[in-house]
Amino acid sequence: MINIVFFAQLREQLKSDGLTLTIATPCTVADVQQAVLKKHPQWRDFLANPALMCALNQDIVPLDAQVLDGNEVAFFPPVTGG
Amino acid sequence: MTLSSPYDFLSVQEADFDVAHEYAQLRDHNSQDGAIVFFSGLVRDFNQGSDVTGLFLEHYPAMTEKALAGIITQAKQRWPLSRVRLIHRVGQLQLAEQIVFVGVSSSHREAAFEACHFIMDYLKKQAPFWKKETTRQGPRWVETLKKDEEALHKWQQDDPKHS
Repeated sequence: MINIVFFAQLREQLKSDGLTLTIATPCTVADVQQAVLKKHPQWRDFLANPALMCALNQDIVPLDAQVLDGNEVAFFPPVTGG
Repeated sequence: MTLSSPYDFLSVQEADFDVAHEYAQLRDHNSQDGAIVFFSGLVRDFNQGSDVTGLFLEHYPAMTEKALAGIITQAKQRWPLSRVRLIHRVGQLQLAEQIVFVGVSSSHREAAFEACHFIMDYLKKQAPFWKKETTRQGPRWVETLKKDEEALHKWQQDDPKHS
């Protein structure tokens, strides 16, 4: 089971703050993204945006980072704090 | 990740902060440091072409403190800093309110200036905060700026580990 969370503008666009998915692991963050899109194809315009950032277990990672069962994967727009 | 020194302080909070208190915490019982540099960021009334009337700061609670602690650790690896204090507010903020405080103490001013600047530049690109402004034209998410990206690259190029 992978816990997937969305934040900020992406959360509003998807009208969802996240979901859990059971997928074969180990896989990559990109695989998780594709699995979400398979379940929610209407999210493609927003979730397939190459400008999005992703985090794995609360660390910023590239799309090819390895995901294990029980991990948390986050997708969000570029950060704008400070 | 947690802070390694009891003199360092990190807080993500809705409440306002008192710069005088933060400065005193950097200075009190500290005879080894010759320099304190701090930065405070405020909500301003004009941004990216619109009149701003307020701001909501969203964050990723499980990640925020971990990301900020990591930035403090990186700064302490690059410069000899005795004390680092970092506060970032979240939630609803009004015009002219304080958003962020970064304060550092060091034996020398160059290290203090650079480290304070570094922490702010990294925070802007790597800590999971998002600003949603309320404007006279309606609410809108603040867009990331190219100059923030360039600021981060500058530090990476200046770092001997990256060259």
